[in-house]
Amino acid sequence: MNSDLAGMIGIGTVIVAGVLLTIFSLLHRRSPLTFRNIPAYVRVRRAASLVVEAGTRLHISLGSANLLSSTSASALAGLAVLRRLAENTSLSDYPPISTTGSATLNLLAQDTLRSAHDALTAEQTFNIHNGRLTGLTPLSYAGGVMTAIRDENISTSLLIGNFGPEVALLTEAADRQDAPIIAASDSLPAQAVLFATTQEPLLGEEAFAAGAYTQAGASHAASLLVQDILRWIVILALLGGATLKVAGLL
Amino acid sequence: MKRIFSILNAVIAMGCGLIVLIGTFFNLQGMRETRLLFFQWAVILAGVAVLVGIWNLFSVHLQKIRTRQPGSLYSLILLFFMLLSLLFSSVTEFSAFKTVFLNGIILPAEISLLALLAVTLLYALIRMLRTRTDLPTLIFLTTALAALLLPVLAQFPAVNDLIRPALTNLLAAGGARGILIGVALGTLTTGLRILLGADRPYGGK
Repeated sequence: MNSDLAGMIGIGTVIVAGVLLTIFSLLHRRSPLTFRNIPAYVRVRRAASLVVEAGTRLHISLGSANLLSSTSASALAGLAVLRRLAENTSLSDYPPISTTGSATLNLLAQDTLRSAHDALTAEQTFNIHNGRLTGLTPLSYAGGVMTAIRDENISTSLLIGNFGPEVALLTEAADRQDAPIIAASDSLPAQAVLFATTQEPLLGEEAFAAGAYTQAGASHAASLLVQDILRWIVILALLGGATLKVAGLL
Repeated sequence: MKRIFSILNAVIAMGCGLIVLIGTFFNLQGMRETRLLFFQWAVILAGVAVLVGIWNLFSVHLQKIRTRQPGSLYSLILLFFMLLSLLFSSVTEFSAFKTVFLNGIILPAEISLLALLAVTLLYALIRMLRTRTDLPTLIFLTTALAALLLPVLAQFPAVNDLIRPALTNLLAAGGARGILIGVALGTLTTGLRILLGADRPYGGK
């Protein structure tokens, strides 16, 4: 396959996905889509509604992916959840905190927290320290998050982003504080670790469903539908390719 | 004014995103250079973001010390070594200490965290056996055990020629590919939401 044809297929996929996303977003506004139940996200919503009464804090950690790398998409999905949860809980005495292991991501997290805060209240001043960079290497980041979980009166932690196996240290720290943890990552080693260390692991693309399940907007719900359609196209392409290969035509 | 900035941010993000996207798929003259220029700007901005991030780390721990929050002693130690690192890195006379810092403190500390990670994972496995006894857990444990034993059992021809390829090439690679396709599709729609301006993590909605 020459590079021009590959480029055409690539850009074609993006355009088709974009059109579908726009159409489904509009349709979702008229008649909301319903999705299967994911227990972890039910817990996230419950935790967000309880923190204000309990006088505790939500903690959202976005991993250590650099925004210039291809692994930053899951952190961007995490930012949508951060915005949504911050809107729900920013008025409490203990507003949510975000931790990151990447400087660029930290700027976005602070900006997201500020936007959510400004959308709710103009009287209280926004504390920029609610968005924290805890370390610039994966392990120093994990070390910083562990202390945040211990010291910041956190009742629930939500980890969505790019993590490595060091995520086990975070789940262990949360477990010691008896603070439930909900975690999702786009990295395979982290998913394996999370399967062993959390009660309700989120696997594969479930990390990207966070926005839809926390009602972050119509486009998030539409994204899930687009993903399903594209998944079927990929499955058909794989089956078609395998059939052609067996038949000796490829 | 705020609204104008918000719209301007969205226009810049979407415009740059589109140029980079088209430049990725097509080798057009001019587009490639523009894409590279954008990357260079992004790298410079990321460098500045690191400085801002380090200041954030410093100020968070300084505030912890000032307000005597729990764990402020650790914050004090962190700030002390942070300033010491800055001194050793910026003054050439102290450059020898930089190596001592790296090999004597940072590397052993990170290695010890890795050792702690191994213990944590073992503990998590034991705890999982106590709290979860469903089919996925059983499959997970069997797979983990198989991954541990396969290198040892690979000396037997039957294991090496039949079982090992079936496990690694068929089941493991197939499963991993399935998960990664899901992740790739999620990545695509996340990127699209930003390109279309539906998600604005840069201070919009």
